[in-house]
Amino acid sequence: MVETQPLILSGLEPLIITPESNFVNVGERTNVTGSRKFLKLIKEENFEDALSVAREQVENGAQIIDVNMDEGMIDGKQAMVHFLNLIASEPDIARVPIMIDSSKWEIIEAGLKCIQGKGVVNSISLKAGEQEFIEHATKIKRYGAAVIVMAFDEQGQADSYERRIEICDRAYNLLVNTVKFPAQDIIFDPNIFPVGTGMEEHRNNAVDFFRATKWIKDNLPGAKVSGGVSNVSFSFRGNNPVREAMHSAFLYHAINNGMDMGIVNPSMLEVYDEIPKDLLEYVEDVLLNRREDATERLLEFAETFKGETKQKIVDDSWREEKVEERLSHALVKGIVDYIDEDTEEARKNFDEPLKVIEGPLMDGMNVVGDLFGSGKMFLPQVVKSARVMKKAVAYLLPYLEAAKQEGVRSQAKILLATVKGDVHDIGKNIVGVVLACNNYEIIDLGVMVPAEKILQTAKEQDVDIIGLSGLITPSLDEMVHVAKEMEHEGFTIPLLIGGATTSRIHTAVKIDPEYSGPVLHVHDASRSVPVAGQLMSDQSYFKTIKEEYAALREDYLSKREKKELQPIEEAIANKQVLDWTNQQNLKPEFIGKKVFENYPLEEIRKYIDWTPFFNTWMLKGKYPAILEDKTVGQEAKKLFDDANTLVDRIIKEKSLVAKAVIGVYPASSADESITVFEREGDNDSLVTFHFLRQQGKKGAGRFNHSLADFVAPANENIGGYMGGFAVTTGIGIEKLIAEFEKDHDDYHVIMVKAVADRLAEAFAELMHEKVRKELWGYASDEALNNEALIKESYQGIRPAPGYPACPDHTEKRTLFDLLEVEKNTGIELTESFAMYPAASVSGFYFAHPHARYFGVGKIGKDQVEAYAKRKGITTEEAEKWLKPNLGY
Amino acid sequence: MNIIEILKKRILVLDGAMGTMIQRYKLSEEDFRGERFKDHGKPLKGNNDLLALTRPDILRAIHAAYFEAGADIAETNTFSATRIAQADYGLEDAVYDINYYSAKLAREVADEFTQKEPNKPRFVAGSIGPTNRTASISPDVNDPGFRAITFDELKEAYKEQTKGLIDGGVDLLLVETVFDTLNAKAALFGIQEFFDEIGKEVPIMVSGTITDASGRTLSGQTTEAFMISVSHMPLLSVGLNCALGAKEMRPYLQVLGNKAPFMVSAHPNAGLPNEFGEYDETPEKMGNQIEDFLQEGLLNIVGGCCGTTPDHIKVISDLAKKYQPRSKAKAD
Repeated sequence: MVETQPLILSGLEPLIITPESNFVNVGERTNVTGSRKFLKLIKEENFEDALSVAREQVENGAQIIDVNMDEGMIDGKQAMVHFLNLIASEPDIARVPIMIDSSKWEIIEAGLKCIQGKGVVNSISLKAGEQEFIEHATKIKRYGAAVIVMAFDEQGQADSYERRIEICDRAYNLLVNTVKFPAQDIIFDPNIFPVGTGMEEHRNNAVDFFRATKWIKDNLPGAKVSGGVSNVSFSFRGNNPVREAMHSAFLYHAINNGMDMGIVNPSMLEVYDEIPKDLLEYVEDVLLNRREDATERLLEFAETFKGETKQKIVDDSWREEKVEERLSHALVKGIVDYIDEDTEEARKNFDEPLKVIEGPLMDGMNVVGDLFGSGKMFLPQVVKSARVMKKAVAYLLPYLEAAKQEGVRSQAKILLATVKGDVHDIGKNIVGVVLACNNYEIIDLGVMVPAEKILQTAKEQDVDIIGLSGLITPSLDEMVHVAKEMEHEGFTIPLLIGGATTSRIHTAVKIDPEYSGPVLHVHDASRSVPVAGQLMSDQSYFKTIKEEYAALREDYLSKREKKELQPIEEAIANKQVLDWTNQQNLKPEFIGKKVFENYPLEEIRKYIDWTPFFNTWMLKGKYPAILEDKTVGQEAKKLFDDANTLVDRIIKEKSLVAKAVIGVYPASSADESITVFEREGDNDSLVTFHFLRQQGKKGAGRFNHSLADFVAPANENIGGYMGGFAVTTGIGIEKLIAEFEKDHDDYHVIMVKAVADRLAEAFAELMHEKVRKELWGYASDEALNNEALIKESYQGIRPAPGYPACPDHTEKRTLFDLLEVEKNTGIELTESFAMYPAASVSGFYFAHPHARYFGVGKIGKDQVEAYAKRKGITTEEAEKWLKPNLGY
Repeated sequence: MNIIEILKKRILVLDGAMGTMIQRYKLSEEDFRGERFKDHGKPLKGNNDLLALTRPDILRAIHAAYFEAGADIAETNTFSATRIAQADYGLEDAVYDINYYSAKLAREVADEFTQKEPNKPRFVAGSIGPTNRTASISPDVNDPGFRAITFDELKEAYKEQTKGLIDGGVDLLLVETVFDTLNAKAALFGIQEFFDEIGKEVPIMVSGTITDASGRTLSGQTTEAFMISVSHMPLLSVGLNCALGAKEMRPYLQVLGNKAPFMVSAHPNAGLPNEFGEYDETPEKMGNQIEDFLQEGLLNIVGGCCGTTPDHIKVISDLAKKYQPRSKAKAD
């Protein structure tokens, strides 16, 4: 898809629609053509109640409200102006942008003269030709609004894929090239038409819309797509279960094809995942035109539904489920009717009321969050869920307070606030409740709290911790801003960051550097108590987290920082000079190399990091959580089982052989090179490794790293050691693969390779641990579980040639010579220095506690020339191997 | 050199308050009336904009004092020179002349300074105030749907003012003290219409007013929403002025500094008014706070609004030399 500028709108507050934004819901109740109730209110000039309709929509999550006064019996222009003027005096409505909806230009223009924000005109088209189209678009641009363009031209409304794209393409070109209309302010409505009408020519209506949407998003840069969804189910009027399912399924597919916004009635929308499987299949058959008899089948099926709903308007069967299921159902469906009684029942099941929140209620909200995140629930539905949650929490509140130990002095004062521009406070409220129950005194400033107010209150009340919350993306910037202001005002107290869009990495990269006091991301409410406790009781915790976040940041920045290069001399001058004085334990237990033949695979398998295995199969998620994932869990589970069956078989049949060689040697560094000796005190070296140095300009306190810095220079009397290794679990793999290939079993061919790769990585991890704890033995007291191993929380690193810290693959040759890898393991190097078998890993060992992974990144010609000279090759040769790193 | 080129290189300084300086002359009704309006039927004292026709010498002296202090841009004394604002004085018909002569005299003073210091060219910005009516707020609490002015009336009035200013030779237009964004949108609409008619354009600056610590304009928009609502025009700059002192303005300027797709300007008041309604922040104190913005790289254009004097502008101008302008790239 083409990179696009966001569509930026405003009411009293901004609305920024980026490609990452969730579907934008346009409220449609203030439309006389769509709502009989609203029409009646306008006809009776009951504007007060008409305003309530608008307010309710905004409260229910409409991000834009559509206003339409096109009705023969009313003075549309006058009604539009009066209603928009009234809205302007209602801040809780006027905060969202207005969509001025009319088929009459004079009404549109009158409306445009009433709105101070940047709204949307709905709509213009080429119906009356280019001249009028251009004229109207020019005016709209001058009034400062975005525009919806209907796929309509002189010949009529577009009803096929080809006509849709033809008209949209033509309109787009006129707007962008003739009118100079900003492309990102163009929204196409490619006509949503009914399906399941029984007419042959309507069969492809939804599919054509999806395809046209995709075409627009792919071919008309910046343009957005919108539409009125309820049209699609027109022929199923009177059958709400079918209509609701159809709207939801339609939206699901339309959004996947790129639809950005639309007019949807939230009360006519089923949750995609909640649509009964059979109904969904029938509905999608029709929408996607999947079978000849799709419409007949759905109609037939719809009849049974219709009958059912007539007898029993509400399906209450969920009331039979267990209380946890009922709570989850109520949250997902936004049903408040039974929430108090269900919460009460749940409360009785748990020893503490807090457990109800942390348990079933949060589980339910997590389901909501997942559905929302994957586009299967829409904002208005989430708002309904939030109400249910609030109600449940409110019910529990008296119990929570009663549970608070009396007479205990509060531990510390914590200020909580949802930052400016954000209204989401469920998470914050839960954190507040949880902390209060643990005897913290909570000052809750509510939502949309500006930085000044937070700081001022923090000073006046002398709080110990500030906690910021937010759900929407702009809140992230606002949190950065608060941190800056805290620094500016000389605060030193801890700052906690929480909320759905916040993350550890964002906190580390964007917020932490702005504030010299402790900054911590708190993943969920349950984490808030231990975090607050530790911050208040443990002085050193502050330092630990500062370091942790600095490391995270460094790692992230080195990965993506666009490098501005500095001369290599300056980069060398900015190297990290390590402290070699108190590093006695770096002295190895043994010097030389050790070969391992036929290492037991049962041992190795325990070290497997499964997450990359799932990535190989294009499944996103972390092991083991991925096995329980709602969308991919089933698939992941199957892969995981198959992989383990295969490993069982490999072990049983000994079809793969694991071999390794490792070595530890005295060494000394000079600039970017490390010279390796056979024995301590030798003068004649075995080999010399040539590394590279980061050459990008660094911020204050950040170094230009080279692997050579992790070995002591010759003049230090301790720390002059490095190691190397090569492991493989691929010996015998050809035979195994051939066996599956014979059966044309591609699945298992891939599986064998994927499993062998994992085993090789696991073997490298195992060997590294063995080296740390026994062979080199610098970390003999290390005790880490597999998870910690995967997180690399141990001392020392094992970077590999051809990877970011040492991008030159040719160094592998030197390593192989040192360890006689071919002879000892059977791994061979190809002419491009790839290892064969592929399920092999080789690399270096560095043991200093500050040794860490980094990426060399882009380097300058000066360094490449010096490097070539050191290696005794031509600059062209060096450039060939370092191509991806050349920064010139 | 063209102002856009200069703005890429350094921070430009806008002048300070006109009203504060005019007050120092303790003018009488006769001064305001001059020869031309000696028989006018309504009192004219306090109609500062009229001085372009009756005491141009004073306006010239004030412009010169600000240029002397280091200002790069003078604002014409036309804040209230629209048909709508002048209606209170019954001077609707003098509107074109006020704008034309105000622009012309500022132009002449600016040119004198440019000639003296060719490496520091001086510019004239035509000041376009908000008028005393609001297009999106009802003056009648009991009738929120009522409006005392329409978009079209505003648009025509602003167009008329623009014609006077452009004919008088301004380099820029400054739509300032925007407390109702719909008024500003009408001004921009009128300006664009006029540009289309004459086939020529000058750069436009827009400067809004955040009225209090709520962080919103009088008509209720947040700073960012205000900025978005005027961004359909290719502005030279967007900024804030009036109502707040530099210190109070800082959080809202940061919003613009981070997000504006244009240059950013600020001309705050000399602090908040004291118990007597006077602005009494010293040049040094105001300078300290302005230095905060400059250090943060928030601004391209800086000056003063109510209560500021050539002494303030001198301090601001000295500071502006020390810092780099905001680079637009910051708004990523």
